[in-house]
Amino acid sequence: MEELDGEPAVTVIPGVNSKKNQMCFDWGPGEMLVCETSFSKKEKSEMVPSCPFIYIIRKDVDVYSQILRKLFNESHGIFLGLQRIDEELTGKSRKSQLVRVSKNYRSVIRACMEEMHQVAIAAKDPASGRQFSSQVSILSAMELIWNLCEILFIEVAPAGHLLLHLLDWVRLHVCEVDSLSADVLGSENPSNHDSFWNLGLGGMTSHGWSLPYTFATNPHLESLLKIMLGDEAALLEQKELLSNWYHFLVTRLLYSNPTVKPIDLHYYAQSSLDLFLGGESSPEPLDNILLAAFEFDIHQVIKECSIALSNWWFVAHLTDLLDHCKLLQSHNLYFGSNMREFLLLEYASGLFAHPSLWQLGVDYFDYCPKLGRVSLELHIERIPLNTEQKALKVLRICEQRQMTEQVRSICKILAMKAVRNNRLGSALSWSIRAKDAAFATLVSDRFLRDYCERGCFSDLDLIDNLGPAMMLSDRLTFLGKYREFHRMYGEKRFADAASLLLSLMTSGIAPRSFWMTLLTDALPLLEQKQVIFSAEQTYELMQCLEDLTSRRPVRGESDIQQLQDEDIETTKVEMLRLALARNLARAIIREGSLEGS
Amino acid sequence: MEEIYVKFVSQKISKTRWRPLPPGSLQTVETFATESWDNEESYVSPWSIGDFGNLDSDGGFEGDHQLLCDIRHHGDVMDLQFFDQERIVTASSTGYVTVFLHHPNNQTLSVNQQWTTAHYHPGPGSPSHSGAPCAAVVCNNPEIVTVGEHGRINLFKADHKEAIRTIDNADSSTFHAVTFLQTPEILTVNSIGQLKTWNFRQQGNEPSHILSLTSDRVPLHCHVVATGGQDGILSIWDVRQGTMPVSLLKAHEAEMWEPTVLRLKYFLSENVLTRFLFQELGLSEGRTLSAP
Repeated sequence: MEELDGEPAVTVIPGVNSKKNQMCFDWGPGEMLVCETSFSKKEKSEMVPSCPFIYIIRKDVDVYSQILRKLFNESHGIFLGLQRIDEELTGKSRKSQLVRVSKNYRSVIRACMEEMHQVAIAAKDPASGRQFSSQVSILSAMELIWNLCEILFIEVAPAGHLLLHLLDWVRLHVCEVDSLSADVLGSENPSNHDSFWNLGLGGMTSHGWSLPYTFATNPHLESLLKIMLGDEAALLEQKELLSNWYHFLVTRLLYSNPTVKPIDLHYYAQSSLDLFLGGESSPEPLDNILLAAFEFDIHQVIKECSIALSNWWFVAHLTDLLDHCKLLQSHNLYFGSNMREFLLLEYASGLFAHPSLWQLGVDYFDYCPKLGRVSLELHIERIPLNTEQKALKVLRICEQRQMTEQVRSICKILAMKAVRNNRLGSALSWSIRAKDAAFATLVSDRFLRDYCERGCFSDLDLIDNLGPAMMLSDRLTFLGKYREFHRMYGEKRFADAASLLLSLMTSGIAPRSFWMTLLTDALPLLEQKQVIFSAEQTYELMQCLEDLTSRRPVRGESDIQQLQDEDIETTKVEMLRLALARNLARAIIREGSLEGS
Repeated sequence: MEEIYVKFVSQKISKTRWRPLPPGSLQTVETFATESWDNEESYVSPWSIGDFGNLDSDGGFEGDHQLLCDIRHHGDVMDLQFFDQERIVTASSTGYVTVFLHHPNNQTLSVNQQWTTAHYHPGPGSPSHSGAPCAAVVCNNPEIVTVGEHGRINLFKADHKEAIRTIDNADSSTFHAVTFLQTPEILTVNSIGQLKTWNFRQQGNEPSHILSLTSDRVPLHCHVVATGGQDGILSIWDVRQGTMPVSLLKAHEAEMWEPTVLRLKYFLSENVLTRFLFQELGLSEGRTLSAP
């Protein structure tokens, strides 16, 4: 187990007194439950009133931000596009595609920044305004880091071009210069404006030679010329105009070593940082990340970003892109997957914790070859399903991926819900969809029991239209066929009804317990004026009856009710025997006679 | 070329509806309403497009759609319909049916009427705790018909406290959608692919007609209904005759949820029907509806 790089941050939960009582907690997929226990930390077990609430603690609050939601949605589209880039592409065309993807990601970050900035300005209370502003600076830092990674790792600009890219990079992030120049150039006599010289110095990197300046003797002019000749000390003197050390770095490189090679960058970077800070302050996390990038230590960049940022979005997407550039060695982490997959899994799991964004998470899991599928299987079963519409969406996702176990499990949950709400038809259609024979048998038994109790069928619209789904389970087939028998009887198709009834018993799909009911159903057919059952069929019926009665349990000590039941049974059997015998007689006579007589 | 305006709203929207115009009006429609679902909080929001005096050189609307107002909704909004110019009816996953009133002068929405026991599972426990999702709602002033996932149909009249008519166990599976054929008849679609027509003037709780999906085709006649299936197949049905769909067309990659009634008065002959259908559905000319 690796050592911790830093102290974990402490979060204070209002209302919970951790000094007095012990706390207990439990992890969930994206959240944690915490509450106070009644166990006191001190020796004496006094009953101290403890906090009566259970708290839900979330680390990732970004997922619930309205504006960041746009970031998640848009980047999801870019991510999918990246995965589908033809693997065959190599060389220049591939590189340009990857650079385009990187720029797309960055433009999404910038768009969110813009929106959040607008919201921060318009915020009515200062606290939320501050919160939005800090969110803006986090996004800005993210874009800064990403941009640098794009230049160094994806664009891989050679010496010469490298500095041009770095110049653009700094220009993009140093806004003060732009607002200053608007001020100065707008005034009537630019060279007399106070800020003109400052602008000249600070603006060297962005405006280069485009500012008009007069050749009067001027101490400012001397400074300018010194800087242009690469005098670092002169540059350092104007520190206040340079907003940060990387601005200093790039300016310095521009005048001292414009054809700097990528591998030499980190010398300049480290010294620029040291010179700029001058021992007064220590580097901040952002500085360390940028330094790591200049040192081409990708793993360090990702590690530092993971620690500094509260959400996996940034590292997951950046790592995935760098992996597509074939820059990450596949060194396996302790848990079997590589870094790219680990980060994507963490990010996607975070999405699943959100009631709406789970749909995005599905696609991320799809592109994690080792553990994606199994993660998706675990997460998708736990999505709360409060309406059938949502359930159908989830089922479709499972069916598209041949996740039959999950389909069955979800359908079973819905079927059980339906059974509990006494919606047997719904339960049956869910078990048919799940191809769950066992549950279908259970529900069919319930139907048959209800029929025996009430004497009529419910949910006929379903049972009558089962179609081939009837074959799912024997009991279900019996239910369908039994209903068909009743329909035929209702339509007065007696001969068909009779053969169906017989086949239900002889084929064995009718459960034994139901045979008495079936035989009783045969009675009206036996009693009809015309002969319906043939002699052959009557013999078979008799056989069934004998089979049934011969297996009757031994009479033991029984109470009055049981005796009465058995009396009824005996009466029924006798009636059946009589009817069968009479029918046999008529059938034999009819079959033995000539037609028409 | 037509412009498309995109606005990101940070919510999953499942239905949008145009506001109906006053009868005899020649204006184009400017207002629509959306509803959200699958989030911690759901909202009903009317929007307005263009107007405010901004017309570009082609006379088209310029600029974005504007959110007029919104209101929080209890439970996911399963369906939404404009009852009239000002009122919107919603069907909730909690079983509530709510009528919202839109006040155009101060741009607010308020709850005008609510039926909280419209859909619930009978059984132990109070109805408010075992609400069944209300799957769909359809309006024909002054009537409102709702269907629930638990197989119940309700007929409400605006401003009446109780339902005028309720049919329990109207379906053994779940209802997905409902539409008016012509008052007083409605058509419902359920999860096992059956269309049922119901006539509220008739007594009894049985549907007047049941149609289901099997393989044969039947000639095209008067009243035509189109329904979408889970696999993206569009089925065309003739409600007056037969029990099977007339034609099946592959229209979409994913599910389609609502039946639409194609009124006969829009077309005169089979050929015209075919073309109209294609324009309505945006299908290619290559598809045909054949009548054997």
